[in-house]
Amino acid sequence: MKGRIALVLIAAALMVFAGYAALYVAPDEKTMHAIQRIFYFHVPSAICSFVAFFVVFIANFAYLGTRQPKWDWLGVAGAEVGVVCSTIVLITGPIWAHPVWGIWWTWDARLTSTFVMWLLYTAYLLLRGFLDDPQRKAMFSAVFGIFAFLDVPLVYFSNRLWRTQHPQPVILGGSNSGLDPVMGKVLLISFVAVLCITAVLITDRYRLERLRSEFDELRFRAESREAERASKILHAAREARVE
Amino acid sequence: MTQRSAISFVAEQIALGEPRANSQPSECGPAGNSIGIALESVEKRFGSLVALRNISLKIRGGEFVALLGANGAGKTTLLRMAAQLMKPTTGNVALTGTTSKSEDVRRFVGFVGHSTFLYEEMSAEENLHLFAQLYGLSDAKARAAEALTACGLSSRAGSLVRTFSRGMRQRLAIARALLHDPRLLLLDEPAAGLDRQGLAWFGTTLERLRAEGCTIVMSTHARNESLDLATRAVSLAAGRIERDSSTEGNPTKMLAELRSAQGGEA
Amino acid sequence: MTTSRAAAILLAKELRLEFRTRELLTTTVIFALVVVVLFSFAFEPTAAESRRYGPGLLWIAFLFAGSLMLNPSFAREQSNETLDALRMAPIAPFAILLGKMLANFVFLAVAEAILVPVFAVLYNVSFSGVAGRLILVLGLGTLGLVITGTVFSAISAHARMRELLLPLLLLPILTPLLIASVEATASLLAEQPELDRTWVAFLAGFDIVFLTASWLMCDYLLEE
Repeated sequence: MKGRIALVLIAAALMVFAGYAALYVAPDEKTMHAIQRIFYFHVPSAICSFVAFFVVFIANFAYLGTRQPKWDWLGVAGAEVGVVCSTIVLITGPIWAHPVWGIWWTWDARLTSTFVMWLLYTAYLLLRGFLDDPQRKAMFSAVFGIFAFLDVPLVYFSNRLWRTQHPQPVILGGSNSGLDPVMGKVLLISFVAVLCITAVLITDRYRLERLRSEFDELRFRAESREAERASKILHAAREARVE
Repeated sequence: MTQRSAISFVAEQIALGEPRANSQPSECGPAGNSIGIALESVEKRFGSLVALRNISLKIRGGEFVALLGANGAGKTTLLRMAAQLMKPTTGNVALTGTTSKSEDVRRFVGFVGHSTFLYEEMSAEENLHLFAQLYGLSDAKARAAEALTACGLSSRAGSLVRTFSRGMRQRLAIARALLHDPRLLLLDEPAAGLDRQGLAWFGTTLERLRAEGCTIVMSTHARNESLDLATRAVSLAAGRIERDSSTEGNPTKMLAELRSAQGGEA
Repeated sequence: MTTSRAAAILLAKELRLEFRTRELLTTTVIFALVVVVLFSFAFEPTAAESRRYGPGLLWIAFLFAGSLMLNPSFAREQSNETLDALRMAPIAPFAILLGKMLANFVFLAVAEAILVPVFAVLYNVSFSGVAGRLILVLGLGTLGLVITGTVFSAISAHARMRELLLPLLLLPILTPLLIASVEATASLLAEQPELDRTWVAFLAGFDIVFLTASWLMCDYLLEE
């Protein structure tokens, strides 16, 4: 409990600091000016979505190996947070692109891959919604999750290959070109901040899933104790009748 | 006469052409070995529903066990686990007495369940032929024809299962389970839906298998003549073993008690 | 019994069942034809445009038709729990999956064999001279579709909204396959037709990755 509060406070503090740094400390970009600052949250969100999806992959693998429900809880936590991070990337991308290049969207390798990844993990969450039996839900979402994770590099490479043949304007040229050292430091700070928030969210969501499962367990145990008591009474009555 | 496309014909020829490792021609599986079932502290849960609680049971080879209990007591779950269709949540289910580790134990298990396990859009003959092939029987077509004659359905061999009556379907389902001469027969209310002719055939078949040393576990909750053949009775209630005739002082007496109790409830 | 022999027996069973009723095949072909015709309203099928958009259109038609056709694969086994009967037989679980993958491949291949000539006629596209290479590309692409699709149909068979769920799961996974197949087909229709080795290698890689994944995870897919 205490640990969690501490983590939340640290994450919040880091976020505030990162926000301040992104808005005031980082130097102004010469062509894009203020709007470029969105980069300090766009890029870390992208990286954190990968981290979250990697957590999902590990959780899926572990579930298939051990069948322990806690890995399923971690899987769903990671997937939900990952989808949120990807959504942020997909929203901040166009917000950034439009004032600068006049276009909302481009099908470059990175954005397209992010979109497909978003679709894959949304499908993962929807799949869970449509499966009723808890064991099957955990099992099948683990299998699908592994397939989805194997697909992500394939998606990226096929898009890269395709775009070298049919080039499109690249929005995030920033990470290849040289970065001003102050910008680099601010990016690092905001990356750590976003990573902390991601960790807090995943832990909280995991905890929520664990509590849900414990609640179901307790409720069921109470109900079955009632049922057993009732059947014992019935059985005793039957015995009495027989004798 | 069934229609076969060129492709399916070629595929079948490929399937038939490979060398087979298969059963000896004995009546009931490999000579001398009978199969038992050992359940140790088995628990099975479906989400929050507990179907079986802490079940420990040893069934020796050659026994004929009548599995009794009300609906929902866990009989079907227990049988399906013995049939290797599902694994326990905790605990262990093992089939004992099989010949060697390399042989697939499923080869010796026959199961009659609530569903017929038959393809409706295939004929009776095609269904049995398919399973004869899957169980690695050397003369699949001949064995299928034999089985059809034995259960009295050879006149309808070429008809689609879709056109069969309930009694005929159940007969075919039982024939399918017996096709590969199983050493362990698991029956979940096998008499349900059988007509008079079918019941007679089923009764004589059970007697024959019993004499050959097949292990039989049959769950039924209606008064059934086949129960007379049982050597042991186990009754389940709410996922636990309530009574087991082998552990009580007078097994014959308990058996009779249970049977008449069942008869009263039915 | 070896896995391949068991798969062959099951393939024969699937083919027999399907060729008796032919419902799946006819609906798949008609649906793909409908998609092909609809697309003609989206652009003017001149020779240049057809060569440009044609491969994309063709593969989208196959993807949609395929993802609809894959559902019955495992759903059919639910009526009398025949899947359990197959699981009880002394065969490897992968044989069951493989048998269905092969059957789905045959069905989709038949649909494509009908559709490609029809497409060539409707859009004035000529495939002469590249027929062999086209079959290779079609084969590899269809294989990828069928491998992943069969696995997901095993999953969606147990879910609600299965008809909608299967395309939802399948199509995002198949985007790399779509890109690769379309590009490979397009390079066969170019002014100087040639087989794009990179994309063909990519397709082969895709197929191998997912076939291996299916083989490793098939026990989890089929257990109760």
